[in-house]
Amino acid sequence: MSVTNPTAMEHGLQSCHGCGLLSRPAPGAHEGRCPRCDEDLVFRKPDSLQHTLAYLVAAAACYVPANLLPVLTTTTAGGSESDTIMQGVVLLWSPTGWPLSLIVLFASIMIPSAKILALGYLLITVKRGSITNNAQRVRLYRMVEIIGRWSMVDVFVDTFTVSLIQLQPLMSVEPGPGLLFFAAVVVLTMLAVESFDPRLIWDTADAKETQKKVQYA
Amino acid sequence: MVTRRKMSSQVQHHHSDCNRPLADASVIACLDCDLLQRIPEVDNGASVRCPRCDKELWRHKPDSHNRTFALTMAALFLYIIANTVPMLGLHAAGREAFTTVVGGAHQLWLDGQQIVSVLVLFAAVISPALQIGFLLLIVLGCQRQRPPAWVGLFLRHLHFTRTWSMIEVMLLGVLVALTKIADYATVVLGTALFALFALVILLAAIQSAFDPREVWQRVAWAEPDMQPSLAGNAEAKS
Repeated sequence: MSVTNPTAMEHGLQSCHGCGLLSRPAPGAHEGRCPRCDEDLVFRKPDSLQHTLAYLVAAAACYVPANLLPVLTTTTAGGSESDTIMQGVVLLWSPTGWPLSLIVLFASIMIPSAKILALGYLLITVKRGSITNNAQRVRLYRMVEIIGRWSMVDVFVDTFTVSLIQLQPLMSVEPGPGLLFFAAVVVLTMLAVESFDPRLIWDTADAKETQKKVQYA
Repeated sequence: MVTRRKMSSQVQHHHSDCNRPLADASVIACLDCDLLQRIPEVDNGASVRCPRCDKELWRHKPDSHNRTFALTMAALFLYIIANTVPMLGLHAAGREAFTTVVGGAHQLWLDGQQIVSVLVLFAAVISPALQIGFLLLIVLGCQRQRPPAWVGLFLRHLHFTRTWSMIEVMLLGVLVALTKIADYATVVLGTALFALFALVILLAAIQSAFDPREVWQRVAWAEPDMQPSLAGNAEAKS
């Protein structure tokens, strides 16, 4: 790239995540406060990569029991039966129910794993100082941000299945231990997304650009 | 600590811990890639995007205040209905059962899943309430020519309530649960379910009607001495 891209950080300016105002911190200061909305300001989210990595590792650790432990236990006169998320998807598969089955498969199994992989990819490329595919990488980040919430679907499915099917002694449904781990995956991946600072994607390329300029000057 | 004048374009003040604004408020940095740029004034309905990363920086929404006010009042009304009347019912073996959103969370709590219960309550009941409440306070405060600084406080935290408010996700979950349960019992749809559907549409409409930038340009600043004069503000708005 031959075009120079002036960034706020290079110019010692901080932009506010609360209100978007651009302002200058006191000379030498790294932290400031927004004069318009009182938000605490920094150049980049502090320890963004470490925080994102921590949430991501925790989410990946919870992902295993979330998929192996049962999320629902159905008790009928004939005995009780426990279902994991994947078994729930299979049970839902029928000539009329297959679209919903696909939605659950997508929201509960594919979105959480895709989120963990996508954030892992962003973390690795930023850590290694990649300067390619910046626009695609920031688009990937935004996509993860938007679709992430939909993995909560299964938590709500289980909540309302449990609360409606309370027909003791004929039939009752109880939540299983997998539900807590699954909810943890959803929350932890959302926190990982929040703590990642997409501006880090651009910083290496900007720094190299500045270096080049200094060399030629 | 004494703050010194470093650039002539800045206003000199004596707040040691507070940042100084730029003289030109239309200069901003993209929140996704930090690129410095000037936001041009665009026509109603048009949007401004970052040339480097394509993030939408601003969309000029027509009649933002009045539309947001009307939609928020309607959302408040629907929210109250949605959380007071039954959402789902069930007939099976001569018995009936009804539940509300809060009832669903309550049953999870009774079954020993307290943490998940609180999460469901937070995402489906508390966050939407905060979202609607914050919006209502913002539009009420914006009735004044110069909205007071607490409007900025609520507007700053609106993003958080939107992130965790998951009514649309819950509705999809209810739909799936209904399909499951329909195998065992006759399902009755309650009034609250229809209210929630309408609420999801209203919240999306608020999202496309509300222009936060318009409020930020008018609101009284947390640091009143730092705020550019009204004349400068009016110039930026026109």
